[in-house]
Amino acid sequence: MSKIVFDNVRKVFDTGLCVLNGVNLKVEQGESHIILGQSGGGKSVLIKCLLGIFELTDGDIIVDGISVKDSDKKKEYMKKFSILFQGNALFDSMTILQNVKFAASQINDDKEAVNEIAREKLHAVGLEDRVFDLYPAEISGGMQKRAALARAISLEPEVLVFDEPTSGLDPITGGIICNLLKDTVQSLGVTVITITHDLRVAEFLADRVSLLNKGVMVWTGHADDMKGCGNEFVENFYRASNVILRK
Amino acid sequence: MNVLTTLGKYTLATVREIGKIAIFSARGFKSCFAPPFYFKEMRRHMVVVGFYSLPIVALTALFAGMTIALQTYVGFTRFNAEGAIATVVVISITRELGPVFAGLMVTGRVCSAIAAEIGSMKVSDQIDALTTLGVDPFKFLVAPRMIAGAVMLPFLVLIADIIGVMGGFLVATESLDFSVGSYINQTVVNLQSIDVISGLIKASFFGLCATIFGCYHGFESDVGAKGVGNATTSAVVASCIGVLALNCLLTTVFFGK
Repeated sequence: MSKIVFDNVRKVFDTGLCVLNGVNLKVEQGESHIILGQSGGGKSVLIKCLLGIFELTDGDIIVDGISVKDSDKKKEYMKKFSILFQGNALFDSMTILQNVKFAASQINDDKEAVNEIAREKLHAVGLEDRVFDLYPAEISGGMQKRAALARAISLEPEVLVFDEPTSGLDPITGGIICNLLKDTVQSLGVTVITITHDLRVAEFLADRVSLLNKGVMVWTGHADDMKGCGNEFVENFYRASNVILRK
Repeated sequence: MNVLTTLGKYTLATVREIGKIAIFSARGFKSCFAPPFYFKEMRRHMVVVGFYSLPIVALTALFAGMTIALQTYVGFTRFNAEGAIATVVVISITRELGPVFAGLMVTGRVCSAIAAEIGSMKVSDQIDALTTLGVDPFKFLVAPRMIAGAVMLPFLVLIADIIGVMGGFLVATESLDFSVGSYINQTVVNLQSIDVISGLIKASFFGLCATIFGCYHGFESDVGAKGVGNATTSAVVASCIGVLALNCLLTTVFFGK
């Protein structure tokens, strides 16, 4: 049985804007699945639907047999996930350590253990003790991304979601973060869904890639098979990404 | 026909907005009484609402008390009733000016800050982050602020009452040649407990009003700096009107015939 099943997912906002128009996708246990697509293609909305932040207009999302619509099992469903937001979404009013401790305290009542877990996770993502008592605004974008990753993994999730993990970072820091994500994912053995428009990130992190265009999943396969797959949008996307890279 | 259509649209939009605020408030109240309780957040907001608002509320009350004493003196001397100044000052301050000025000052200082903070959190996905951590944003963001507003405003008003009355006393004794003993005597004799208690109850409602409007407009904030700015402005305007409307309603409840 697949870990995550998107079954004909539709999302239409109150304004009448249809962002997802029948998305079908299966993600297997332990797989690193990348959802590629242009900006405004519905990737972030799809993730927010997966996380139960947006209600579905139609269709269903099932994780380990639990539907996102099942309000009785909402807590159990939500506990499976952790997300690394595009803008990190660290809490401004808390220090870096407090951010991670706050997340860890949601699954552990022991204060000592929470403190230990938070420090361990921050060290695991390469942050030193000197930044623990700083506020998010006082550290660099790369450090914030690391702290957000530490917060995400401190929840010990079954599914990790990365929303544009390298956006806003310079190429060097982006590369370091990509490596960190790959190492973290491998060491945890969790299922990963990453949304990005960066083909290099996809090629580096993905077991399989899906392309989302205008609210519909147009292709799923291995990143290496994108070129020459026969799908016009996929080939155009691949070509455009490579043209940009060559420039 | 166009006028009717426009009027209808505005009426529907207003009714919809009132409905949304009512649902938001009900959810907020429910969160105040259901665990988990975030006591650390509650303490933090009590300090922000109570302690940090104290100087501005105290100054406002002082000037209000002084001005009433002066104005009452000028008006009352016209029919030889200047002896009632102490009574007018203490009743005006405790029943009306203390709570209303404190409510408006807290609206300006706290409600705007709440709307801006929550609006920024929404824009930067921090509220979604709370949800994904399994934390109810109402329990973590709204309930502690509502409780802080409802609990701390009465304390602020009590202090504002004392300082306001002191302001009137200073003007009366230092500038208008009233005797200290008779002014204090008049103040104490004519002050009834309902004057103070009604003001404190009003204050609690004003605290709730300011925090609910701040939270609501923060949650409803649009994306971007302009969206957060608009949310802050809307929160302050709505809360000011809310405080004045509530004051009218509660005055009728306490003192209406």
